[in-house]
Amino acid sequence: MKDSKELVVALAGNPNCGKTSVFNNLTGSRQHVGNWPGVTVERKEGTHIHGDVALKIIDLPGTYSLGAYSEDEAVARDYLLFGQPDVIVNIVDSTNLARNLYLTTQLLETGIPVVIALNMCDELASKGIKINVPLLSQLLGVPVVQTVASRGRGMEELVEKTIAAAGNPPAKSINYGPDLEPDLEAFVEELKELKTHLNPRFLALKLLEDTEFVKDIPLEESEKEKLLAIQEKNLERMRKKWGEGVETLLAERRYGYIAGMVKEAVQEESSLLARLSVSDKIDRIVTSRLFGIPFFLLVVWGIFQFTFTLGDPLVELLEGFFESFAEAAGIWLQNIGASELVSSFIGDGIIGGIGSILVFIPHIGLLFLAISILEDSGYMARAAYIMDRFMHMLGLHGKSFLPLLVGFGCNVPGIMATRTLENKNDRLITILINPLMSCGGRLPIYILFTSALFTANQGLVIFSLYLLGIVLAILMGMLFKKFLFKGDSAPFVMELPPYRLPTFKNTLLTMWDRVGAFIKRAGTVIFAASILIWFLANLPVGVEYASQQSLLGRIGSLLAPILKPAGFGNWQAASALIFGVVAKEVVVSTLGVIHGVGEEGLVGVIAKTWTPLAAYSFMVMNLLYIPCVATIGAIRRETNSWKWTLFAIGYSLALGWGVAALIYQVGSLLGFA
Amino acid sequence: MKLQPLAFLEPGSQAVIRQLSCGRTVCHRLTELGLHCGTKVGVIKNDNSGPLILSLGGGRLALGRGMSMKILVEKT
Repeated sequence: MKDSKELVVALAGNPNCGKTSVFNNLTGSRQHVGNWPGVTVERKEGTHIHGDVALKIIDLPGTYSLGAYSEDEAVARDYLLFGQPDVIVNIVDSTNLARNLYLTTQLLETGIPVVIALNMCDELASKGIKINVPLLSQLLGVPVVQTVASRGRGMEELVEKTIAAAGNPPAKSINYGPDLEPDLEAFVEELKELKTHLNPRFLALKLLEDTEFVKDIPLEESEKEKLLAIQEKNLERMRKKWGEGVETLLAERRYGYIAGMVKEAVQEESSLLARLSVSDKIDRIVTSRLFGIPFFLLVVWGIFQFTFTLGDPLVELLEGFFESFAEAAGIWLQNIGASELVSSFIGDGIIGGIGSILVFIPHIGLLFLAISILEDSGYMARAAYIMDRFMHMLGLHGKSFLPLLVGFGCNVPGIMATRTLENKNDRLITILINPLMSCGGRLPIYILFTSALFTANQGLVIFSLYLLGIVLAILMGMLFKKFLFKGDSAPFVMELPPYRLPTFKNTLLTMWDRVGAFIKRAGTVIFAASILIWFLANLPVGVEYASQQSLLGRIGSLLAPILKPAGFGNWQAASALIFGVVAKEVVVSTLGVIHGVGEEGLVGVIAKTWTPLAAYSFMVMNLLYIPCVATIGAIRRETNSWKWTLFAIGYSLALGWGVAALIYQVGSLLGFA
Repeated sequence: MKLQPLAFLEPGSQAVIRQLSCGRTVCHRLTELGLHCGTKVGVIKNDNSGPLILSLGGGRLALGRGMSMKILVEKT
């Protein structure tokens, strides 16, 4: 028997080309999500076993190019240049061939073997496009496989071709024209003198596109100096002859090369192309001035209805389960003769803490499910388009809207999603206002308080909190833009992918990734917080559990007077808010611990001890004040600055207290107290 | 050859891009996305405020109004 071998395969492709489908098809559940080293771009990895070959599959970020326009692109470029995978599988949207082949031309330049997956082949006929696949393969000099990833078609052949391609670099490279090639070759020749394994032609092209790139190349000091000198000399020479925008010229030449190939290998019925597609017809209504915004609000409202109508019965089920579990544990502990302290630790600390969080998984799961459906269907891009007008008011553009929308699920991926924004100021503003988007973690707090005090119009009250967050985000964005980040924003260019029916498998996998991350957090950070709270509630030794004399009560009492103008100047609320910084969900479990009841009993206690106005003001405080530690961490990583991180903490605290106090005071004057 | 900004075209019209009057970085980006001189584009939607929707090859692109003022085209 042969020894089994391992191949490293990188998946590359444009956004919306079906790359995620291919990845999910190949790896199934054998995938692992992490980060690229040094940056926070998500790195997905998985394995596929085929016969005696193990394919290690690395999902590169979806990009239009291997430039350095965004962090995503730089990650993909650096991995291909320094990481040296065995094969690149390039997924290409066959219905938009020319644009997709642009990335392909750059992948061919890396000198790494490439296999092309011509995806979405089933949609070609309806668009009147015919592709001569053998000819395309011959023109590109690499194998081409037809696939329909959403239905799993063509995967077997793709894997076989990928294994066969290992060790066979592309047969052709892009010709930049007889006038430009000699200049380029001269540059490449000089780079060959360097002591490095890097592909000299690819390196030369990347250096022409991004002059800062030279800093990131791992080389010995003396070699680096040599490289710098070579770059400077050649750049000056090329710019003198070809003008300042050499990189634009290169891009135009690549498109010229592609146009030639497409002309030969692709037949298009122009009558069908000019026709408005179904997507265009939907867009006429969905993006129209008249219906665009009402439809968008309807979608958001629909998401909340979906989340609560389906979620509530599931929550009841889980609650019942935890109740019986805690009960059974209590009896068992009594039987084995455990001390009261140990029973309390296990019952109140561990089971109570975890239970009150896990009970909200149905709601958060359904919210994430709805967001994945919106992303996969293509509507998310339309939402950005519709919101472009609004975003202009705060000097941002529609693209900033996507990270904000993701923020409704969780602020951490929302802040991470700002990486697709090209302009640094736009990105900072979008990061700073992201925590104002009410995330899934805050939902348990709203559910608790509205179940106790706003049973008649629970949905409406929660909706108003989300809306308040959005309005304040707009106001803060405008202020930040006006006083902190003057200057132009980047141009708004965004692809609108055709509407597609989301596939069950992909949508569920995306949801599962996110819910998994939430559970992990509940299992670690929040669990640790629950234990810490339990200790604070029991210290100093001998104190009555979670009473005002405990450490927890004392800290709360110290801060309570400051919160009085906002209507919740009691030590219980103050302590809960402190621990809410660990994770907003913890507010609920802290209140549970303080009142000595689980989630089930808490609703009753809240109903008796809070007024509706104070409860609303408290929910507003929870919406706005200091982001949770995970979000603070994300802000620190993404802004790479403690100054902006502290600023985010400070302004949100001031805003939260201010708005909560305003609502309580005005509400009291109007007689709602 | 009469040049006009892309933003002035009615929905349903077709045009060829002739000139990008923007900075180096933006020019490069637009070129990479396929919006370079000589490309045919169609205007799917133009409300005279807010971004345009263009057809480019087989795809659809939303382009901010400011940008589409700087792309000079020849109507076909």
